[in-house]
Amino acid sequence: MALVDERVAHEHGHGEAHHHELGFWQKYVFSQDHKVIGIQYGFTALCFLLFGFTLMMMMRWSIAYPNQPIPLVGKLLKASGGIIAPELYNQLGAMHGTIMVFLGIVPLAVGAFGNYVVPLQIGAPDMAFPKLNMASYWSYFIGGVLMLSSFFAPGGAAQSGWTSYPPLSDIAPTGQTIWLFGMLFLIISSVLGSMNFLVTIIQLRAPGLTWMRLPFFVWAQFVTSFLLLLAFPALQAAAVLQMMDRLAGTSFFLPSGLVISGQQLHVAGGGSPLLWQHLFWFLAHPEVYVLILPAFGIVAEVIANNTRKPLWGYRSMVYAVSFLGFMSFIVWAHHMFMTGMGTVMSTFFQTTTMIISIPSVIVLTALIISLWGASIRYTVPMLFALAFLPMFAIGGLTGLPLGLAPADIHLHDTLYVIGHFHYVVAPGTIFALFAGIYYWFPKLTGRKMSSLLGQIHFWPSFLFMNGIFFPMLIQGLAGVQRRLYDGGASYSHAQPVLHWNAFMSVSAWLLGLSQIAFIINLFWSLKKGEKVGSNPWDATTLEWAAAPSPPIAHGNFVEVPTVHRGPYDYSLPGASKDFTPQHQLQEA
Amino acid sequence: MSESDAESIRKQTRSYITVFVTLMVMTVLTVLVSYAHMPVGLAILVALVIASFKGSLVASVFMHLSHERKVIYWVLLLTVIFFIALMAIPSISQWDQRMLR
Amino acid sequence: MEIPYTVEARPDTGVFNAKLGVWLFLASEVMLFGALFSSYVLLRTGAPPGTWHHGREFLNVPLATLNTIILIASSVTMVMSWASLKLNDFKKYRIYMGLTLLAGVGFLVVKGFEYGHKFEVGLLPKTNTFLAIYFTLTGLHGLHVIGGMIVNGYLLGPGAKLFKTQPERFTNRVEVAGLYWHFVDLVWIFLFPTLYLL
Repeated sequence: MALVDERVAHEHGHGEAHHHELGFWQKYVFSQDHKVIGIQYGFTALCFLLFGFTLMMMMRWSIAYPNQPIPLVGKLLKASGGIIAPELYNQLGAMHGTIMVFLGIVPLAVGAFGNYVVPLQIGAPDMAFPKLNMASYWSYFIGGVLMLSSFFAPGGAAQSGWTSYPPLSDIAPTGQTIWLFGMLFLIISSVLGSMNFLVTIIQLRAPGLTWMRLPFFVWAQFVTSFLLLLAFPALQAAAVLQMMDRLAGTSFFLPSGLVISGQQLHVAGGGSPLLWQHLFWFLAHPEVYVLILPAFGIVAEVIANNTRKPLWGYRSMVYAVSFLGFMSFIVWAHHMFMTGMGTVMSTFFQTTTMIISIPSVIVLTALIISLWGASIRYTVPMLFALAFLPMFAIGGLTGLPLGLAPADIHLHDTLYVIGHFHYVVAPGTIFALFAGIYYWFPKLTGRKMSSLLGQIHFWPSFLFMNGIFFPMLIQGLAGVQRRLYDGGASYSHAQPVLHWNAFMSVSAWLLGLSQIAFIINLFWSLKKGEKVGSNPWDATTLEWAAAPSPPIAHGNFVEVPTVHRGPYDYSLPGASKDFTPQHQLQEA
Repeated sequence: MSESDAESIRKQTRSYITVFVTLMVMTVLTVLVSYAHMPVGLAILVALVIASFKGSLVASVFMHLSHERKVIYWVLLLTVIFFIALMAIPSISQWDQRMLR
Repeated sequence: MEIPYTVEARPDTGVFNAKLGVWLFLASEVMLFGALFSSYVLLRTGAPPGTWHHGREFLNVPLATLNTIILIASSVTMVMSWASLKLNDFKKYRIYMGLTLLAGVGFLVVKGFEYGHKFEVGLLPKTNTFLAIYFTLTGLHGLHVIGGMIVNGYLLGPGAKLFKTQPERFTNRVEVAGLYWHFVDLVWIFLFPTLYLL
């Protein structure tokens, strides 16, 4: 198996030959090659996703069988007799969210897929700033290690939700401070990374690759990078302020006269808990679009390729995601409808929130219409991409009542919210990421993953995802709150829907088991997967059509490609093959 | 993109000195004005206007923004819009909330 | 294969990579300081009447005015150092860059006096919300000054070797560092009146 193609790219008149041999550390650890960095991000992120998933499986034990000793893991919880105490549950919850969003999905969707695929799809030899790219990865790594280490802090890890609302987070144990430090590193990683992506896409497109000829995946990453660049600094500022509160005794988020456990807090006061919420959600709302846009991009690529026809409404999709990116900055307070907001603000944010649903619908509709009259190949990536469509639809639709303040009065902070966003992120984004892994694995390795194991992975996953999250919507509608370690058992209004807890937990554990096929497939295929050439999917985009599998170590392409056509020239009338690569001048 | 021939650089140098003097004058002005008694709202407005003027001089002359390319302008335009949203909305929200009581 | 447009500009965008990169970085910095300014506005307008402490109560306006002058002067010397490189005058470049660094040191020394005096008389971030935001804003700004000085120091010292072999590439680096330095000055131009004068 070769993850690195040792052939050296043909020099383009510069007379400098890169024949020097890099040592092990420079080639595989501190690499500046976007492909290696992409794989580093991918592997690290998948590990974090697995860890975050494990935390959730523990949470689901507590929800289904509160105050009962948990098997296996219970042996480590000697202090509480094997039971998941409420304080531990809160840590699991806060860290599950943090790890999945910041250490798992974004690094995988942007850091891994973005880094690996974007330069290849635009015909570039690497990212614009390779050293910065490497620094971004290691900053992420450090942030991740810090986050994990917080479990060992006195008092445990962060336990005030992934949203870290003060005043609670201001007075929480040490783990929260470590969370803040971890976020500092993660944010730096993302901001520097987004700079890199933007300059790469703007400056390093191959000759002939105009904006409207870009693969939709690149457009998606482009908008995503703008969101990361301009939204993350607000959370950086908020994290600094919370650190000042926790370490320097300031009161940015502590109002005057706060009493905790009967004791007046000896601080200057005058702060505002709402300030944190504004700054946090200023980031966190664009962040959710960061979570979905790369998924749109991957699904678009896989659908175009497996329908053997151009995407329907490419131009509309481009305008839609650009508009979406812009709007995402002015909807954030729909997370704050219950904070005593006045009617002017409430009206403004409901309006912008309703408007922002339109571009998502445009993208989804275009993808669905793309299936019309298509010759669909039901490859494993396509299965995941197809499943994405209705799952994202459910996720998006369940967001609508949340975006309307009157309905949100009832639904805010219930399991309905959790069901909504998990539908979008889990059978939504994560399915798209799986599609991407199965799709691009042959480009990285020159081998295909096993289709059989892929099916064994897909079908149960699809089933159990719905098994977990659909009942969650029902429980939320019944008014069951989120972040309850006993799944609502102590509330009378929750009793009629409590029985779902065991069902959902079992679904979650079976979902976990279903991933085993994927993990086996990943490692098995590295050595034993069916060997393929540079373009096993007969795709049109440059990473497939113009680069070998795997691409050349330095420079990706044997020769810089020149682009002559759009990204999805499948089934061109009169062409001899059902696909015409982007850099091909004549129709065959 | 600024021209690189020697004559235009020398011309630019002259403008750097001019801007420097202007900035010094404006700095002194803003300090002096702050000692004058005026309502808070007006004081804030005056201070921000002077600061914006100084800032735009630094941006357009020292940072060559006046010669810069469209791609930079677009980035900055987007940034300005979101910056305004970030600045304005939390405070408007606070005002709006107060109006309820 | 070389990465294109590291030195020469790309024809359709008219910029070289690092210049676009630094402007994007500055955009994110605008949002960072913007978030803190926004916090200042929210905290101040949210404070009950009579409870907000004004800069003049605690802060040394003449000293900060001096600092403002120092920083603006350093912006001039920074852009002059770039202009000198464009005119191929390496000696002048070193003088101007050295002056820029000196001004940066001066700024930090004055800042050190300011902070030191406050700590001596018990004016700490936790004393009241105004001081909290004052120390946070100026502290973060100070960190950015230090960061800029590290870069400038590198460009004056070990990094300057590049001028001999790739003068255009080195000049671009100085230009990019200059953009960052001007931005640090720009932030101060707004910080100064906001915290000290209003």
